[in-house]
Amino acid sequence: MVAARASRTRSRAACWSAYIALLPMVLTVLGAYVGTMLWTARVSVSSARIFPTGDFVGIGQYERLFRNARWLLSLENLAVYGVLFIAGSLVLGFLLAVFIDQKVMGEGTLRTVFLYPYAMSFVATGLVWQWILNPELGIQRVARQLGFEDFTFGWIVDQDKALYTIVLATVWQASGLVMALLLSGLRGIDDELWKAARIDGIPVWRVYINIVLPLLWPALSTALILLFALVVKLFDAVVAMTQGGPGTATEVPAKFIMDYLFGRANIGLASAASIVLLTTVVAIVAPLYYARARAVQRGLK
Amino acid sequence: MNDASRRTRAIAAAVLAAACAGTRAAPPVPSATAPLKATVSHWWTSGGESAAIRQFADAFNAAGGQWIDQAVAGAEQSRASTINRIVGGNAPVAAQFNTSRQFRDIVDQGLLNNVDEVAARGNWDRILPQTIIDVIRINGHYYAAPVDIHMPAWFFYSKKAFAQAKIKDEPRTWEEFIAALDKLKAAGLIPLAFGGQVWQEKIVFDAVFAQLGGPELFLKIYRDRDVKAVASPAFRNVLVAFRQLRAYTDPGAPGRNWNDATALVVSNRAGVQIMGDWAKGEFSAAGQVAGRDFGCFPGFGPKAPYIVAGDAFVFPKTAKPNVVRAQKLLATVMTAPGPQAAFSARKGSIPIRPDVDLSQLDMCARMGIAIMQDKSRQLPNAEMLVEPDLNGALQDVLTNYWNRKQTPEQAQAAFAQAMKDNTW
Repeated sequence: MVAARASRTRSRAACWSAYIALLPMVLTVLGAYVGTMLWTARVSVSSARIFPTGDFVGIGQYERLFRNARWLLSLENLAVYGVLFIAGSLVLGFLLAVFIDQKVMGEGTLRTVFLYPYAMSFVATGLVWQWILNPELGIQRVARQLGFEDFTFGWIVDQDKALYTIVLATVWQASGLVMALLLSGLRGIDDELWKAARIDGIPVWRVYINIVLPLLWPALSTALILLFALVVKLFDAVVAMTQGGPGTATEVPAKFIMDYLFGRANIGLASAASIVLLTTVVAIVAPLYYARARAVQRGLK
Repeated sequence: MNDASRRTRAIAAAVLAAACAGTRAAPPVPSATAPLKATVSHWWTSGGESAAIRQFADAFNAAGGQWIDQAVAGAEQSRASTINRIVGGNAPVAAQFNTSRQFRDIVDQGLLNNVDEVAARGNWDRILPQTIIDVIRINGHYYAAPVDIHMPAWFFYSKKAFAQAKIKDEPRTWEEFIAALDKLKAAGLIPLAFGGQVWQEKIVFDAVFAQLGGPELFLKIYRDRDVKAVASPAFRNVLVAFRQLRAYTDPGAPGRNWNDATALVVSNRAGVQIMGDWAKGEFSAAGQVAGRDFGCFPGFGPKAPYIVAGDAFVFPKTAKPNVVRAQKLLATVMTAPGPQAAFSARKGSIPIRPDVDLSQLDMCARMGIAIMQDKSRQLPNAEMLVEPDLNGALQDVLTNYWNRKQTPEQAQAAFAQAMKDNTW
């Protein structure tokens, strides 16, 4: 009885010290994140151009924003890109993880190779991708020099296909991350399960689809959230590979915001765009996050 | 104007410039009167550019100042850092902007010191081109010291490529220009070296606009925001002519940097490039000489309009007497004939005043100075006439028209809409 009370006081004390230790972080979050968010929301309803101003123009900036053809195109591009990029990275990452999980030789080396792209800045590798895909310098030229005279691969200079080249390059970059996450999930699956499935004569691919994938949900949802964050902040890949071109074919919201914030000196419009983007992200990620938390909780019980 | 592309090639040089800045910031030998310290923020970080700005720094130091260099790679980044520092109360003593409406807001907010005294002493009213005075004199006060004139739409051509295509003379009309491009194409060359980036497309468009539409229409649309002029057949012709050039570019053009496009002309693989006079740096880096290996003309015929753009330094507001003195000294030094000649020779631009020693300048620069004598040929750059956000929105319209299968009428409508949407 006495011992129990003592331990409760001790744990309460530990609790308080934890709160005190967290205080700087809480203040940082409030100041740096919530504060700037509120500030951005305030600027987005002003007529601010190069400097923040205090006037109030209502939803004027938002109206302008949604009349702006480039903004609408950017949102559309982001949606198409997001679906393809997330699907591509998940499928490729999962296949890589399964492949490595087969106890292949040189696993460490392969893991490094697959994860390596993620460790590199895309500003650097994007330039290489730009060369590889450029019809005058890259794959097309090499193929033609090898004797395939009619070979054409000019996606990056094609209005309708340039966006897919960015999907291609960023999937290359991000699937290693998915692989690492899913691999740790795969390693956590009990061997007994595999043995049982083998005794029952279930084909391997069915085990992966029906048993392993559902068990991987926590790792998968983590990967999903990380990939989603990459989609929303997509900027450097576009700038390095196409600069939003040809024309406006690969424009994305983050680039729109950066352009209007700095080059075009219109922070009112840029702030409105940021708020729209933030709202969209919250609307999509919140349910996903909630579902993941629920699943983890259920797993613990 | 030439911002985006310069950024990439400037990064390496930035490191170098930063190193130079470090040594320059070292405390000088103590003297009876302490030197006037001046932090100068600018984006000139490539080899030729930092050599050019060093001319100003040396002249300033010789005149009793102490130049503290603050180069930021990339024009946008540099301007953003200047504005942040003004807002944050730690403004540089002087900061670079383009000679344009980029700093108009800062003036309207009352955050700049004027340099009227220097302007009066230096007789700016009389020696500066009117196009420049129009953007730096606001409500009767001079708020910036112009340091150079860049003409963003020169036609540079490879003499070897022209010889190979059997083109005898420089084209004097649009029709002759198209005929020359056809000959280049027939000779198996890339007729037009083109960089498919938004700002480069805008430069080529403005070149076509000025040459074909004429200064009157140019000003009517950019300065007066005349929507009727946008809908006119004359403007439609400009759009058609601009789009016509697309057939003379190569498939590798989209996304290409301006200097890579220049390299095509330098290596005689392409015939012509329409680009600002900073392209001369690429030619001279390859050991080529204007008039011998490559030619330059600013437009068609002896009366072609000459587009005026350039750079200027502004002086953030302060009441500290020493800083104000440093600002005045900077404005005086930067616009003085000696440093002007030394600067322009390295920058590839032309001086803001005609009374300088021209011996260091190349053929194209001398041609430009001669043209500037004729006031009727001077035409302000679009960025001097429209705000940065409208300029950007117009770039979006033009790049869509260039890259998508849009009709000129669609482009006219989008152009007018952008002008409506971006006017407050």
